[in-house]
Amino acid sequence: MDLITLHKFDGGIHPPQNKDQSTRLPIATAKLPEKLVLPIAQHIGAQSKPVVTLGDTVLKGQVIAEAQGFVSANLHAPSSGKITAIEERVIAHPSGMRDICIEITLDGQDTWCEVEGIDNYLEAQPQTLINKIQASGITGLGGASFPTHVKASADPSKIDTLIINAAECEPYITSDDMLMREQANGIIKGIEILVRIIQPKRCLIGVEDNKPEAIAALKDALKHFNDNTFNIQVVTIPTKYPSGGEKQLIEILTGKEVPAGGLPSDIGMVCQNVGTCFAIYKAVSKGEPLISRVTTITGEACNQPQNFEVLLGTPVSHLLELAQTNASKVHRLIMGGPMMGFTLEDTSTPIVKASNCIIASSKKELPDPAMEQACIRCGMCTEACPAQLLPQQLYWFSKSSNLEQAEAHNIADCIECGACAYVCPSNIPLVQYYRHTKGEIKQANADKQKSDRAKERFEARLARQEREAAEKEAKRKARAEAAAKKQAEKKAAEANAPATSEPAASAPSADLELLQKKLDASQAAIKKTKEKIAAAQEAGDTEKAELLDGALKKAQEKMKEAAKAIAEAKKAAKAAPASTASDMEMTPERMQNKVDLAQSRLVTAQKRLEEAMNTNSDKVEMLKVAVEKQQVRVEEAKQALIDFNNTPVTQASQQAADVEQLKKKVLAAQTRVDKAQERLEMAKEQNLDTLSAFETGLEKQQTKLEEAKKALAEANL
Amino acid sequence: MTVILIAVSALVVLSLIFGAVLGFAAVRFKVEGNPVVEQIDALLPQTQCGQCSYPGCRPYAEAIAGGEEKINKCPPGGESTIAAIADLLGVEPEPLDAEHGTEKETAMVAVIREDECIGCTKCIQACPVDAILGAAKQMHTVIADECTGCDLCLDPCPVDCIDMVPVETGLQDWHWQKPANIIATDKEQAA
Repeated sequence: MDLITLHKFDGGIHPPQNKDQSTRLPIATAKLPEKLVLPIAQHIGAQSKPVVTLGDTVLKGQVIAEAQGFVSANLHAPSSGKITAIEERVIAHPSGMRDICIEITLDGQDTWCEVEGIDNYLEAQPQTLINKIQASGITGLGGASFPTHVKASADPSKIDTLIINAAECEPYITSDDMLMREQANGIIKGIEILVRIIQPKRCLIGVEDNKPEAIAALKDALKHFNDNTFNIQVVTIPTKYPSGGEKQLIEILTGKEVPAGGLPSDIGMVCQNVGTCFAIYKAVSKGEPLISRVTTITGEACNQPQNFEVLLGTPVSHLLELAQTNASKVHRLIMGGPMMGFTLEDTSTPIVKASNCIIASSKKELPDPAMEQACIRCGMCTEACPAQLLPQQLYWFSKSSNLEQAEAHNIADCIECGACAYVCPSNIPLVQYYRHTKGEIKQANADKQKSDRAKERFEARLARQEREAAEKEAKRKARAEAAAKKQAEKKAAEANAPATSEPAASAPSADLELLQKKLDASQAAIKKTKEKIAAAQEAGDTEKAELLDGALKKAQEKMKEAAKAIAEAKKAAKAAPASTASDMEMTPERMQNKVDLAQSRLVTAQKRLEEAMNTNSDKVEMLKVAVEKQQVRVEEAKQALIDFNNTPVTQASQQAADVEQLKKKVLAAQTRVDKAQERLEMAKEQNLDTLSAFETGLEKQQTKLEEAKKALAEANL
Repeated sequence: MTVILIAVSALVVLSLIFGAVLGFAAVRFKVEGNPVVEQIDALLPQTQCGQCSYPGCRPYAEAIAGGEEKINKCPPGGESTIAAIADLLGVEPEPLDAEHGTEKETAMVAVIREDECIGCTKCIQACPVDAILGAAKQMHTVIADECTGCDLCLDPCPVDCIDMVPVETGLQDWHWQKPANIIATDKEQAA
């Protein structure tokens, strides 16, 4: 047996023990109450689900609520009786809230259902043992109520040390102490079962040195196991609060620290409470599920403070009666210890798996907390903190709801032992601040998750709406296309002939482009020269101005030539399509158009003549001639139409001619626009008064051209 | 001379290598969208309630990021959201703009009085997070876990059968209250 070197954890306090009061009498079995009230959520993890209904008769040890999932625990009927209610009742919770409870009205017979232990359990398969523990609904009896089978399922290859927590460091509580004194053999057997399951290299039982009887009893019990193949050791540790904290006890016994946010199994440890070991022993060897526990009833208001073996679900009031409590003397009723417990408002609150102690304190014993004073930054809390945190910083962050900073300062590692609040000279309820902040952080995380989900749903909805709109649009388009196709087919059928004679495209010839360029260049030159002349005149350089004048005249001549050349080229270009047009078959429409065209030209010519006459322009004579010419043309066109109408035309050729006609129309319009542009430019050069008239004319021609083009495009479709 | 040439060429080579690396990184790790918008959007409560006059939280985040909108127009987020955004953008927090609504103490959830529902599907179309279930002429119901409490379904309901009720806090949501005691010296002064 190698000796263990003890280590120390930082901080810690030495509050008055107050353990003697309840250790004077042995553990008594509490007599049956009339009714038991069993909350379905007595453990960490998912709530178990009731499997009994109202009016069912249940036997002691029968499952009344089943575990939901792995991290959950079964609940058994602690005694025989009838289910008289499944409803919300006050439960053992600091909120004083209500939760679903199963009420059993006992028949007083306390009849066991059939239970079966595992014979020769030390040779049984670990999984069989774990299953038995799981079926028996065993949870950690130290106070946290974590399902034991979850801890026992740790991978044995990674577990080095099994630690049995028998420190029981909190004042007043003596339930583990008394259990060790009276049931040391059973505890050791329970530990053996755990060792069989987890197969650690060693097993350490940590007991504070204020429990000499318990240490002696355990050591005595160990002696009976001569071989001690399991390497179980009882280790006495100095009394200091909170050495019974899981992480603190591990540090004392092994010197190793559980990482922040981690579990003891991360460093090869499993920690179990000593009471849990006894429960395991009872479950495995005798088949008795967890239906009772040892609870300390103490406090100055109790005339006979004592430990009781209590059935789960027993109302606190029943226990207070058994401990002969003076109800008028009770100032505060606390479940758990004075450091970490919570005040009970209702004496009907039932005992649950985690209830290790009930303190019925007098006013003198546990007075109301003194008024909170301002923090004087003395730093005593920091010295007392067993988790090496900075309680003062956490206090400021909690007070100002600075969750981010509180988290950054590892508030999650606070074990809420209350040492900081105990030493605080300003009576600041530090732990309450931390608990509040932890709750806020949890809430904030939950809100964040919810908002993320809402965002996801919102975006999914938007995407869906977009997709739907796109689908609608696609459908609409498909429909429109189908309709257009049908229309086209119809038209084609009507046309009965392809009627796609090559368009007589009359792209402006290269010559024409060249000439246009020349014209543009000469125009630009004129402009420049004019500017130069103006500049020279301004500067008074007459000689230069004259020189430039000459240059200007030359340029103007050049321009005129270019314009003339262009006009000729255009005429030639026009003649080409016109000749091809003459080859085309004439249609009545075309003829009619010609007539209309000539007519409108005549009208415009007449208008111009009138204008010129009004303004006494010297162009009157010229215009008169033009009008006469136009009149002749109109006559000719009319004649041609009449002639044409007399000759029969086939329907088909008419249809085919349609497109051609439109094309010609466009060409004609184009030439007209070109002409109008030319005229306008000329007018600009010569600064004619009719400039505006030319401009409107050009515009009109352009719109006509556009219309013609549109018509052609439509016809081509 | 050669020394200078070596130095210059070394620098040139280095700058080419680094330039190539930077160029590659600029293409490969290009940040899609405006990261500030993402950050602001993450701080907003995502109720999609439109009380800020924008059609959802993201458009509001975009408006804030664009500098054209104040940060105090989100009543569901309240003071804490304003503080968080102010902290992110490095601007002064402002009090909540009452014009857009007031911060509610408790979270709300919509509940349809199902026997009065006529199955018009109007609330379904209004819900920004698709938290209402139902079909035409069938009873509708709210998926309480997904409801953000945005109120947007109340107005379209032709028979006013939707109520906003506070979310029930169960044991799972309960947490300790902040100590309410004022400190002793304050109490003395008050007395």
